[in-house]
Amino acid sequence: MSAAAPGATFIVLMLPFLAAVVAPWLTRRLGHNAAWLLALAPLAIFIHFLGFAAEVADGGIVTGGFQWVPSYNVSFSWLIDGLSLTFAILISGIGTLIILYSGGYLKGHAQLGRFFSFMLLFMGAMLGVVISDSFLMLFVYWELTSITSFLLIGFDHTREASRRAAVQALVVTGGGGLALLAGLLVIWNITGVTQLSLLLNYGDELRASPFYLLALFLVLGGAFSKSAQFPLHFWLPNAMEAPTPVSAYLHSATMVKAGVYLLMRLNPVLGETVWWETILPVFGGATLIVGTLLAIRQTDLKLMLAYTTVSSLGLLVMLTGFGSEHAVAAAVLYLVAHSLFKGGLFMVAGLIDHEAGTRDVTRLGGLRKAMPVTFFAAIAAAISMAGLPPFFGFLAKEEIYYALWATDIWSLAFVAVAVIGNGLMFVIGFAVAIKPFLGPAVKTPKAAHEGPVLLWLGPLTLSLAALAAALVSPLTHRFISSPMASAVAGAPEEVTISLIPHMGPALILSIVTVIFGIIAYRMLDRLRAGMASLLAAIGWGPDRGFDQFVSGLVRLSVSLTRILQPGRLDIYMTVTFLMIAAALIGPMAWYGEWPAVPVWPDDVQFHELVVIAIGVIGLLAVLYARDRLIAIVSLGVQGFAVALIFMLFGAPDLSFTQFMVETLAVVILALVMTRLKLHASDHRPTLQKLFDMSVSLACGIGFTLYLIAVTQQPFNTALSEFFAAYSKVVAHGTNVVNVILVDFRGTDTLGEIAVVMVAGLAILALIRIRTPRARVADNDPDGIAVADQTAEAR
Amino acid sequence: MRTVIFRSIAPYLTSLMVLFSVFVLLRGHNEPGGGFIGGLIAASALAIYGIACGVAPVRRAIYFHPMAIAAFGLFMAAMAGVLSVFAGVPYMSGLWIYPQIFGAEVALSSVLVFDVGVYLVVVGAISSIALALEERDRD
Repeated sequence: MSAAAPGATFIVLMLPFLAAVVAPWLTRRLGHNAAWLLALAPLAIFIHFLGFAAEVADGGIVTGGFQWVPSYNVSFSWLIDGLSLTFAILISGIGTLIILYSGGYLKGHAQLGRFFSFMLLFMGAMLGVVISDSFLMLFVYWELTSITSFLLIGFDHTREASRRAAVQALVVTGGGGLALLAGLLVIWNITGVTQLSLLLNYGDELRASPFYLLALFLVLGGAFSKSAQFPLHFWLPNAMEAPTPVSAYLHSATMVKAGVYLLMRLNPVLGETVWWETILPVFGGATLIVGTLLAIRQTDLKLMLAYTTVSSLGLLVMLTGFGSEHAVAAAVLYLVAHSLFKGGLFMVAGLIDHEAGTRDVTRLGGLRKAMPVTFFAAIAAAISMAGLPPFFGFLAKEEIYYALWATDIWSLAFVAVAVIGNGLMFVIGFAVAIKPFLGPAVKTPKAAHEGPVLLWLGPLTLSLAALAAALVSPLTHRFISSPMASAVAGAPEEVTISLIPHMGPALILSIVTVIFGIIAYRMLDRLRAGMASLLAAIGWGPDRGFDQFVSGLVRLSVSLTRILQPGRLDIYMTVTFLMIAAALIGPMAWYGEWPAVPVWPDDVQFHELVVIAIGVIGLLAVLYARDRLIAIVSLGVQGFAVALIFMLFGAPDLSFTQFMVETLAVVILALVMTRLKLHASDHRPTLQKLFDMSVSLACGIGFTLYLIAVTQQPFNTALSEFFAAYSKVVAHGTNVVNVILVDFRGTDTLGEIAVVMVAGLAILALIRIRTPRARVADNDPDGIAVADQTAEAR
Repeated sequence: MRTVIFRSIAPYLTSLMVLFSVFVLLRGHNEPGGGFIGGLIAASALAIYGIACGVAPVRRAIYFHPMAIAAFGLFMAAMAGVLSVFAGVPYMSGLWIYPQIFGAEVALSSVLVFDVGVYLVVVGAISSIALALEERDRD
């Protein structure tokens, strides 16, 4: 069908970005109703990707794209198989609902257009992540999701909490992205391929490589930071500072699954090793337990959901790395189920907040009469989250237990982790979906009533989708689960689980989970109090650690700056000249390549001796000068002598330039010296003078030895001959020096004059600084802050 | 420094030096000279004028801010390279035309444009530093 045409896929990949461009304009025209039009973009993407379903279900893999940087073997190319197709369908499908929901949620917000724009940008980036075939494209889109997430978390930028959360998320996920880039580069170096679709053939090579562990750790750094694995989970709950549509879309349904996507994508090539099958389940299991325990502690609906998202991500990572046959299928089913119910529950939480004016679960109750549709959607999502029939979550949970169950200690431990985790998620799911709706009506800050269609359409559709997907499970498995599981496992795999329960360990574990969940639900208040006092007793968490890390970094840079930039010119000069002397003399001493003592040439003319004498006299005059101005002018005398030598030995251009530079240097140095208001004469202590003298002697001797050594090498005339031969013929100029400057090496010169220009600007800025000297001298950030305040006060 | 003799001679000296700098710039392709040296000569000319007669007259005389002159020079030099796009040759390839002006053949080239750009950058950057330093007396 036409959907297979590469052009169409490229347009579809660009469509969210185009929609992002027109979103502010449309929103100015249509207000929040622009959502209906903007939602057409993700809808079109959704339909486009549905078109691939039949082909992919039959085991097909669609690739396409074009060359981007051919010399580095970098392409803009995409790969559509079961894994990326499922993700693309989730992203575009939920994206359609989220755009509509955003229109209702932020109705009347002054920056609604900007919000739509950011959301669509994110959608384009996220689609790019899951569709990318080329490594570089994957990385670019990956970081773009971090950046758009930063923009969206910080959307309410007047509040400090959201600014902090935005920066934190960017630092953690963006930093992880850099680790991912390094990991991909390592993989590229091992295998020599830059495309995921080709990488599948190199699994054994990669696993056998001595750099396998390096690649693994770097990739895991990227995946774990993005998917909020313990102990990097802290950014995700803080990201709840974002408006609720963002939490529903980025921080539960899509972006945080990018890390899981990456692990699933690389499972066939990096997996099946002891490291993979140890690190992933251990970190995933830890995240699962920590996430649910922290969720119990919360009373804010969004934070409760956020922590269960952390634990769900942990469960997914654990299953991906577990290595048993059914674990992959379980991960796939749970991923789809989670996107549906968690996206829906977040939207419900936002809806309650929007209509009742609070998200605090202890201040909500009895909303079922006022908000019946919301109640229905919430209950349906919670049932799926709890893993009860007849929703998709049930299938996922059965498959999880089926996959984990075995009688060795290792498996039993993870079965226990999964039962506790699932049981606590059962609790949170119903706490979010039931507590606000049942029981006696509680007075809420706003008189609650059912929200507009834009708001309840999303959660209702997702809940119904979870129901439908379970009811027609053979179809779901054929088009979604089986192709995706095959892509993750790297070999054809069939998912068969259905709503009809089979007697066996899985069902028994499910029943245990439900009983555990019901007991825990009844004890929720006591559990919450217990967790609160436990956390208070611990007192420290990675979130606080992040702050300490950042402030430590700032302190380190301040103290480092104080050492490197003490603000004293003489220290800078001394260090610079010491380095020059070391660079000149060091290598010669190290390799023992001292130059031979030069022979005094026989044919030295009298006038040449005179010129050299002028130079020496200039230098002596510098040493014996009474004040600085005379010293500067004397230095000019020496420079002129050098210029004369250039002239005598046939370099008129060089000589010419040397004359001008010396003149200007004297003028400018003299001007600077008068400006600095220094003492006219030198009053350094003798020890300092001796030290400075040694440094200058070392530099001078270094240069002399270096020049002698250079001139004792045989002179390679290839370049001079080339320029002499071609200067006139090719570049129409007889002055070889000038032709080299402006023609043969013109681009070099362009860079150099740019440097001249920038240096000029910098010097101008330095001269123009009108601040008290004390503050310029020591780089004290507090001092600048004080100065800024005084400036504002003025 | 502001002796009567110096102040009287400075304008003529400056004019001569600027004229000479342009001469050096233009002959640069075949004889010793070029944009860099020419720019240095012109910058010293302006510096002399500034020392003799004060900074304000210099700023009035050159009309533009010296940094603007430098920036324009950089732009010009970069654009001289871009010209080669239209000829379908790599960036910075020299292009030459030989129009007849008043009956004499004049060789014009993108290289010359580039060299003029270098000249302007050097004049602008150096004289902006020199003038800013000379301005000390005023504040």
